[in-house]
Amino acid sequence: MSGEAAAVLLRHVSKHYQRGGQIVPVLSDIDFAIARGDFLALMGPSGSGKSTLLNLIAGIDRPSSGQILVADVDIATLDERELADWRARNVGFIFQFYNLMPVLDARENVELPLMLTSLGRRERRSHAELALEMVGLADRMDHYPNELSGGQQQRVAIARALVSDPTLIVADEPTGDLDRKSAGEILDLLEQLNGELGKTIVMVTHDARAAERAHAIRHLEKGELSALEQREVA
Amino acid sequence: MLVFLLRMSLKNALRHRLRAFLTLAGLTVAILSFGLLSTVVSAWYAGADAASDKRLITRNAISLVFPLPISYGERIRGAEGVTGISWANWFGGIYIEPKNFFPQFAIEPASYLQLYPEFVVKEDERAAFVRDRQGCLVGRKLANRYGWKVGDNIPIKGTIFPGTWNFVLRGIYDGRDSSTDQNQFFFHWDYLNERIKQTAPRRANNTGVFIVGIRDGSAAAQVSERVDKVFRNSLAETLTETEKAFQLSFVAMTETIVLAIQIVSYVVILIIMAVMANTMAMSARERTAEYATLKALGFGPGVVGLLILAESLLLCGIGAALGIALTWPTVRAIGGALDNIFPVFNVASTTVWQQLGAALLVALAAAAVPAQQAMRIRITEGLRAVS
Amino acid sequence: MNRLPLHYIWRNLLTRRLTTLLTAGGMALVVFVFATVLMLDAGLQQTLAATGLPQNVVAIRKGSQTEVQSGVSRQDAAIMESDPAVALDGQGRRLISKESVVLISLQKRGSGKPSNVVVRGAGLQGMTLRPQIRLIAGRPPRPGSSEVIVGRAIAEGFGNVQLGANLRFARRDWQVVGLFDAGKSGFNSEIWGDAEQMMQAFRRSSFSAVIFQLQDSGEFDAVAKRLEGDQRLTAEYKRETRFYADQSQVMSNFISILGTVLSVIFSIGAIIGAMITMYAAVANRVGEIGTLRALGFRKRSVLAAFLLESLLLATLGGIAGLLLASTMQFFAISTMNWQTFSELAFSFTLTPGIVLKSLLFALFMGLLGGFLPALRAARLQIVDALRSG
Repeated sequence: MSGEAAAVLLRHVSKHYQRGGQIVPVLSDIDFAIARGDFLALMGPSGSGKSTLLNLIAGIDRPSSGQILVADVDIATLDERELADWRARNVGFIFQFYNLMPVLDARENVELPLMLTSLGRRERRSHAELALEMVGLADRMDHYPNELSGGQQQRVAIARALVSDPTLIVADEPTGDLDRKSAGEILDLLEQLNGELGKTIVMVTHDARAAERAHAIRHLEKGELSALEQREVA
Repeated sequence: MLVFLLRMSLKNALRHRLRAFLTLAGLTVAILSFGLLSTVVSAWYAGADAASDKRLITRNAISLVFPLPISYGERIRGAEGVTGISWANWFGGIYIEPKNFFPQFAIEPASYLQLYPEFVVKEDERAAFVRDRQGCLVGRKLANRYGWKVGDNIPIKGTIFPGTWNFVLRGIYDGRDSSTDQNQFFFHWDYLNERIKQTAPRRANNTGVFIVGIRDGSAAAQVSERVDKVFRNSLAETLTETEKAFQLSFVAMTETIVLAIQIVSYVVILIIMAVMANTMAMSARERTAEYATLKALGFGPGVVGLLILAESLLLCGIGAALGIALTWPTVRAIGGALDNIFPVFNVASTTVWQQLGAALLVALAAAAVPAQQAMRIRITEGLRAVS
Repeated sequence: MNRLPLHYIWRNLLTRRLTTLLTAGGMALVVFVFATVLMLDAGLQQTLAATGLPQNVVAIRKGSQTEVQSGVSRQDAAIMESDPAVALDGQGRRLISKESVVLISLQKRGSGKPSNVVVRGAGLQGMTLRPQIRLIAGRPPRPGSSEVIVGRAIAEGFGNVQLGANLRFARRDWQVVGLFDAGKSGFNSEIWGDAEQMMQAFRRSSFSAVIFQLQDSGEFDAVAKRLEGDQRLTAEYKRETRFYADQSQVMSNFISILGTVLSVIFSIGAIIGAMITMYAAVANRVGEIGTLRALGFRKRSVLAAFLLESLLLATLGGIAGLLLASTMQFFAISTMNWQTFSELAFSFTLTPGIVLKSLLFALFMGLLGGFLPALRAARLQIVDALRSG
């Protein structure tokens, strides 16, 4: 642990689903912390609950019990509306299948999170263009997703995740749909965001090569977090 | 193979339960509306359909607004081919309020009832009606609407023949056929004439039309010509035509409206065609990968086309069946409410055939483009397709 | 603020072009029927409103509802003529027309089917009292002759009534010496001649109706009351405008009821079409919806976006339907007026009110069709949506 204030703190977090009459446990009594500026990889076999854990941290799902403190706010106590506003300000998302709006071009996709702020049109555009420049897509701003390659689309998604300057970036299998070269580029980008901009990144992946780029790896097995940590010298 | 296709089509059709339900609902409403509108159109022609080929109508050649002298009756009776005559005068009065509209005729009772065997009257009531000059005979539907019973006094306010006229209900007639108009009100022409002689003597001894019974339906044209010849160049020239032609001339006057209603009924089919085509297009597009897989497995393009066609036919078939089934009870319900405008309101067999035809057309039109596209899809493209 | 950009909503309609076309097309047809019926009624109202001036009074026999059914004796007509309430023209003549109105059966041009046409034998002041009537060809009939003039709708719709033609009815020949245009009024569907000649030909001793102009239009109620109180007279009196309005009641009601019933039934089909389309739109974009919610857009924004999409679709349909309906203005309708039993020609009239009502109707359909699917979109759980998208 880096000794800095924890960005994310989970206390006794459990999650279960109700299927028919049965209760299916997914996560049991998770306790852990993510420090500010960490780059954490979550790994585990399918069904281990790693995506669920990510969803809880990102505020798009609620725990069955426990506390989730992000920047000292227990998001488990926020209601639907407060959670939406919280996400807009605090979380940047990167998905396996990019999840861009097909009817919006690159710039408009990156602008999307800014529609939730009080910024005017001109400001939104300049922020979006800046973010696209940062990911190296300044020359593709007017392209639509179906005109971009997989790697390019993911870069647009990263720009979108950056544009509102969130506390936390959450990535669910970011390289899952990419070829080796593109995957490498994306991971380079993520390392850059973490190293140069100090963004806290939590990444779920089953790709060992992707996990290696992170600074710490935690494994999930049957809903329980391993105490194992592998740290790379920063 | 065929059974497999049908079963698969049926399952495909009902796969998206909400969509299938909505599409069926739309089809049912459309086919039902089409049936209702067709019934309205055939109700318009009800008078002409109920016409007998053994009756001719003689009226003033200028227009129906002008009367004929009552003395013409005997001269018409004398024409060759004529078996009997009667006469009727449109009264056009108001019962309490103008909206209580029903046709009222001043007739020559005994001869009229003889010429119209489709009006079935109990013997004692018939005799009472013929005997009482102030009596009236009404149809069952009309009597039921106002709760009239034999013996009731019925006051009518005259418009063409001013004043208040009181009649005593002597009989209620039933229709022999389903196409018989049971909404009419008959009274004695003599009663009308007597009063006119006192109040407006110049108008007396006239009638609106003569009803002419003929022996042989095929001789209608000759007998008509014969009757009109008798009165050519007289003060009131006549026009004699078959009862059907007479009734059709009324329809012809409001022809535009009938045409409009027919057009509108086709529009409703167009609307549902658009909805159905949309459903089929969406469903087929979502299953592109499946159809490509079938082709990869070795099924020919014809099979793919047939699947889509069968799905469309099944959906339209079920929707049409529901719509047609609902047509009868709906027509009955509406018929009760529109009783006085459309005295005869029945579902014709042509209507049902048209409903089926419309459903078939919709099914084919909706499946045409999606089926063609699915048949033509290249296997590799199709397998890659993501909806 | 929390709202999705308009171009997101608009462009989604463009990506599924066929579906958008079919759904909007269905709605367009419904709006077309809706607007057309309203235009028909407006046309009818306009014709009957244009027929008649408020300062003219129509006197018919009490209890009869139309001129054809009515009879006013010569004595009664003379009493009315001498009444001081009757206006005078520039030359000091009384503005009164004693008229004889009958129906004759003529054959329609083309189909040859018979129809009842009004023949009006008018007094000398007949045309003066109806300034809507302008002669467009030939000349007015000479008083005391067998000459007639024919209204525009009759000239266009019937055979053998052109300028110079010889009409035969009531065992006499009548020469058509002129054609007249009466604007939108019902007089366009009439044939006019000399009252006395008509009375002779039809062997009548009474006029059908008497029309006169009031010196002071505001005096109508007092004048009507006085004349009705007069024991010698048996007529009733209506302002000409009211007289013709009453004659269209049944037709107007019929059109309104028919129109309402049809629109309701048809709209069900269109709403179902919109629902199917919008449900499919939601189903296809589940992943997008999850992403938007994850990014922080509220349920409200998602609901609004899909509802707006449906409303936009409906607006497209509404405009298309209105454009189609506006082409109906080139057609004229002629049918029998059930109350007067005579031919009446009128046209489709598009008013701003109808445009507004039609668009609102379209929006209403879009609202009903899009509401439940939009609700479903808004209620999706983020995690499920992301998973299945």
